[in-house]
Amino acid sequence: MADATRPIFEHLPDWMVVMFYVLVIVSTGLFLFGWAIRLRKYLRGRAIRLERVPARIVSAARDLYASRTIGHRDRFAGTSHALILWGFTALFVGTVILSFDYDILRRLFNGYSFYKGTFYLGYKLTLDILGLGMLAGLILMAIRRRWFRLFRLDYRRVDSRPEAPRRLYRIGDWVFVGWLFVLGFTGFLLEGLRIAADHPSSAGFSPVGSVFASGLQLVGLQNQAGAIHTGLWAFHAAIALAFVAYIPYSKAVHIVASGVNLIFRDRFAASRLPAPGDQVVAGTLGDLTWKQLIALDACTKCGRCHEVCPARASGAPLSPRDLVLDLREYADRMIGLRTPVTDRLAAGMPDELVPRLAGHVIPPETLWACTTCMACVEACPVGIEHVPMIVGMRQTLVEAGQMDANLQTALQNLAKHGNSFGTSPRMRGRWTQGLSAPIKDARKGPVEYLWFVGDFASYDPRLQEVSRATARVFQALGLDFGILYDAERNAGNDVRRVGEEGLYEMLREQNTTALATCEFAAIVTTDPHSYNTLKKEYTNNGTAYRVLHYTELLAQLLEGGRLTFNHPLSQRVTYHDPCYLGRYNGVYEAPRALIRATGAELVDMPRCRANALCCGAGGGRIWMADTPGQERPSEQRIKEALTLADVGTFVVACPKDVTMYAAAAKALGVEERMQVKELVELVEMAV
Amino acid sequence: MAGIVVIAEALNGTLNEVSLELLSKGRELATSLGQPLIAVLAGEGLDALAPPLQSADRVVLLDDPALGKFTPDAHEQAIAAVIAPMEPRLVMIGNTTAGMDLAAGLAARLHWPLAAYCTGVRMEASDLIGVAQLYGGKLFAEVELGSQSVIISVIPGSFPAVAPGGTGVIERAAVPAGKSRTRFKELIALEAADVDIKKAQALVSVGRGIGGPENLDIVQDLARAIGAEVAASRPVVDSGWLPKARQVGKSGLTVKPKLYFAVGISGAPEHLQGMKDAEFIVAVNTDAAAPIFEVAHLGIVADALEFVPALTERVRAGA
Amino acid sequence: MNLLVPLKLVPDLVEELTLNEAGTDLDRDALIYKLNEFDDQALEEALVLKETTGATVTAIALDAPEIDQVLFTALAKGADRAVKVTGDFEPGIDNHTAAQVLAGAVRGQQVDLVLCGVQAPDDLDGQLGVLLAGALGWPHVSVVSGIEPDSAAGVVRCHQEYAGGSMALLETELPAVLGVQAARQPPRYAAVSTIRKVMKEKQLEEVAATPGEVVASKLQVRRLFKPESRAHARMLEGDVTRQVEDLVAALNERGVLKVGV
Repeated sequence: MADATRPIFEHLPDWMVVMFYVLVIVSTGLFLFGWAIRLRKYLRGRAIRLERVPARIVSAARDLYASRTIGHRDRFAGTSHALILWGFTALFVGTVILSFDYDILRRLFNGYSFYKGTFYLGYKLTLDILGLGMLAGLILMAIRRRWFRLFRLDYRRVDSRPEAPRRLYRIGDWVFVGWLFVLGFTGFLLEGLRIAADHPSSAGFSPVGSVFASGLQLVGLQNQAGAIHTGLWAFHAAIALAFVAYIPYSKAVHIVASGVNLIFRDRFAASRLPAPGDQVVAGTLGDLTWKQLIALDACTKCGRCHEVCPARASGAPLSPRDLVLDLREYADRMIGLRTPVTDRLAAGMPDELVPRLAGHVIPPETLWACTTCMACVEACPVGIEHVPMIVGMRQTLVEAGQMDANLQTALQNLAKHGNSFGTSPRMRGRWTQGLSAPIKDARKGPVEYLWFVGDFASYDPRLQEVSRATARVFQALGLDFGILYDAERNAGNDVRRVGEEGLYEMLREQNTTALATCEFAAIVTTDPHSYNTLKKEYTNNGTAYRVLHYTELLAQLLEGGRLTFNHPLSQRVTYHDPCYLGRYNGVYEAPRALIRATGAELVDMPRCRANALCCGAGGGRIWMADTPGQERPSEQRIKEALTLADVGTFVVACPKDVTMYAAAAKALGVEERMQVKELVELVEMAV
Repeated sequence: MAGIVVIAEALNGTLNEVSLELLSKGRELATSLGQPLIAVLAGEGLDALAPPLQSADRVVLLDDPALGKFTPDAHEQAIAAVIAPMEPRLVMIGNTTAGMDLAAGLAARLHWPLAAYCTGVRMEASDLIGVAQLYGGKLFAEVELGSQSVIISVIPGSFPAVAPGGTGVIERAAVPAGKSRTRFKELIALEAADVDIKKAQALVSVGRGIGGPENLDIVQDLARAIGAEVAASRPVVDSGWLPKARQVGKSGLTVKPKLYFAVGISGAPEHLQGMKDAEFIVAVNTDAAAPIFEVAHLGIVADALEFVPALTERVRAGA
Repeated sequence: MNLLVPLKLVPDLVEELTLNEAGTDLDRDALIYKLNEFDDQALEEALVLKETTGATVTAIALDAPEIDQVLFTALAKGADRAVKVTGDFEPGIDNHTAAQVLAGAVRGQQVDLVLCGVQAPDDLDGQLGVLLAGALGWPHVSVVSGIEPDSAAGVVRCHQEYAGGSMALLETELPAVLGVQAARQPPRYAAVSTIRKVMKEKQLEEVAATPGEVVASKLQVRRLFKPESRAHARMLEGDVTRQVEDLVAALNERGVLKVGV
């Protein structure tokens, strides 16, 4: 067994071997040409800085091969894809090794070969098993696609663009899966034929090949094995080489593009929008970065973003998937390889470089529908970052003044008064008047915690009571805290995400100027939106502020024994994770620890934590008019809570959520059955 | 000469109510000053329009085809020519569209001071004092009008109207020949079918407090009785009881009618945002603590289904 | 066609208005000013006319704190020129004075049509546009919308709106002053970044106020006072019949409803 190996190109006439090498050159040429066109496209994207590339590659490879992103909330797809990925990788690496041994080593070093002995046997066994895994993965994927009737794989559009070209997607999907399957299957068939013809002693290390050989014997083909082998080999070689050529022009492009995209994905995508200067404004095609152009190619149409998008779920004309595909189709038509297929896919799109993507390629109503909840980014298995692109395109709409009238009023109010209510900034601290003990003015003396209250908590009459409850809890705990009173402005988180970057900068300047006059150890916020931008996007002379959400602060005090509950609650409650606290900043445990500590029984909704459904108010949606005839995400969410047995309290940890869900419960007529409570109200009751 | 001059207004062949309001206040001032009250009316074919103004001591008609339709230029020229020689103590003009042009236009032509947006005027000893509404009604100014000829424009509805008619002398003044640089082309009437609640002077707005769409009838009856349009809060529109075009509030329309009748609306801030600037707000709600009562001028704690029909009946009986 | 849009800052009414010690004027130091809403409408109408007819739009304003921001915003929205009339203007300058100062500045410009906001919350002594027309000796029309200039014929056509929804189509010889009630579309938004860019790239033109005889309003404000508080509704007590009667009486008194008693 020590000399076990197998002759390469066995049973083949010389002309076929020559032909094979000719085809290798042709297919490699087509492969390189396709990638050159893609590369040219990527190079037209704007440059961005790259950091920690080796570490990024390692982490992306780990995520990929552990199926961490693909298997996230979809074990079936994750497992199937892993089988295909491992099998494909093994076969690819195997082919490279063989080619290295045969075409390079043997020629250069006088016939030296390592393709023998133990290595050969291990190689055989590994490829055999992983190859079988690939076939199994492909079958599972085909079954899933054909019979599972998954909503996420439904390519129907949610906007008014033509549906017909989507047939090409379906054809492409099946070609890809089918091609790989035929490739693998014929490979095993060839092996079986070889074993059937030669009966090598190493056949035991090719268990799958042996099974195929037995099968051939069973159907009585073993005698013609040699003759069939030649024809089949030619077929197998041809489709393998054609597959190589096919990669850069098809869905298979994701093999490379998705991997590269995972390497360059931004951990802070959406939560920390690019700083001015290296601003991502997706105004025109030329404004997209090379990374974004790669991201467009990385999309496999898996539809997870389409499924989780709250705007899509409420019937708005936004599907993150279609947004990416539309941009990809337009980019391919304008700066990629233009083919009859890309032309058909881009039907109805402008045939020229437009001054703005927004309005020409992506309809404004699609862009305005986004709540920036980040569910799409979180769900995407290949690391596509939809939100920054949407915000970038919104910026151009804002510059052109194309926006909802209510939003315009809100922005004008924010510019003039620093709040969206259009109320005097001098009234910002007015809510404190209902308190028995005054709140310190942080501008007048040092405080440990500077409470950044936020617009809604300061001005909305219903939320002012929640703010007072928060103040009473802080006071009862003896916290040393203060507020900015009329020096506070809207933190700008959603102003920025609406696309009004200039106004955001103005608000941030005003706030940082006010903060600079104060002495404090940490900022505490009640509003997750303010929390996000203060924590991620504000800096104090280059260093980040220390920012806590009040649930984090209270959870710390709970752990330290400073917060104790003397009047434990007993009701069953559910908790809604605010997008900007949960998905954006990973704060899932602190609010839950607090709820449990109050004695209430916490029952999570089916969609919770990173998978929580957005209330529909983020990204400036709270300032825009609802589109009639759509079921609001907030109402869907209340319905979701109603499915939980005996849960009558809907706990939130965001002032805007109180407004949104109280309205939703009222609209559904269930305000008695499902009471909306700010977490701090529970805390106050139980303290 | 002296006197109180009231510039009456009859744009489309009917006398504007404000003219009679000005005459009643004018009479009061004229009496205390011991000066004559003079009504001036410009237009064409004024014979039938003059008698209701006869509570004035003199009714001066500027009756000319050139004044048949209102144009600021022609009317100002004619009125200036007739009131300048009178050197009146006070000229009162209704703060209507035409009044806005006339009051400031005459003030500029005659170099007489003008106090606009007055809701009151009175004598204090020998001083003439005007009260003007400023800053969107947030403040009122008490203004000394001086001892020279002065013009005030008065917000309609500030004074009770005088009964039409009287014994004043009707005279016709010569209309000076002049060329108007502004010409009337045509009158465009309101399009009947279109509902624009933003333009409505009065709105009856319904919230979910009325229970269900089957109760909309009683609200529509009230709206018809008081000449209002029906509007709604978001839940009502969301529920499909009324079309979106009638929605008041943050996600609907912002309205500033003279009268806003909130029926069964608790007053979510999103709603208040859209109607808080209405001039006069009446709220009917079963909940005495409803926030709507914080912006309303008049509040009624009652069941809308009981109160609204009663009010409708009362309005119809009294009309 | 040269359009001129005078812009005026007025006290922002979302702020609580406090009075000076004498109670005769607002406490001007405590005030926050904003562009008069109707002036914003006039500017928008002018900008629409620029787009549809190729007219040039000049925004003009008397010097005041924060007026630069307003003029730059007008440029950011698309005005061709922004002129600041400099001089020693006291805060809360009356419209008679403002009209005469503006008239002096207008005479130095090529202007065919002035579009003013129809009114402002502080025009105690009359609307600026009409007074300006008077100072210039030009014709004027107030409460207009749908402005259609016809420079070939030397006229402008517009709708004058009357209470109750009817309106007249009027034609006025140029030059003229119109008091704009509403533009044909809501005033556009100027992004803060656009305004900041304009501030770097463009300059305001400054024109000194021409000294001349200024006839002020001659009105003497004796005192300012607030109307009765709106903090809470006056609640009508009693049974429904009583409430209905009280309501009818209140509506009659207020003049918003005429019902026989």
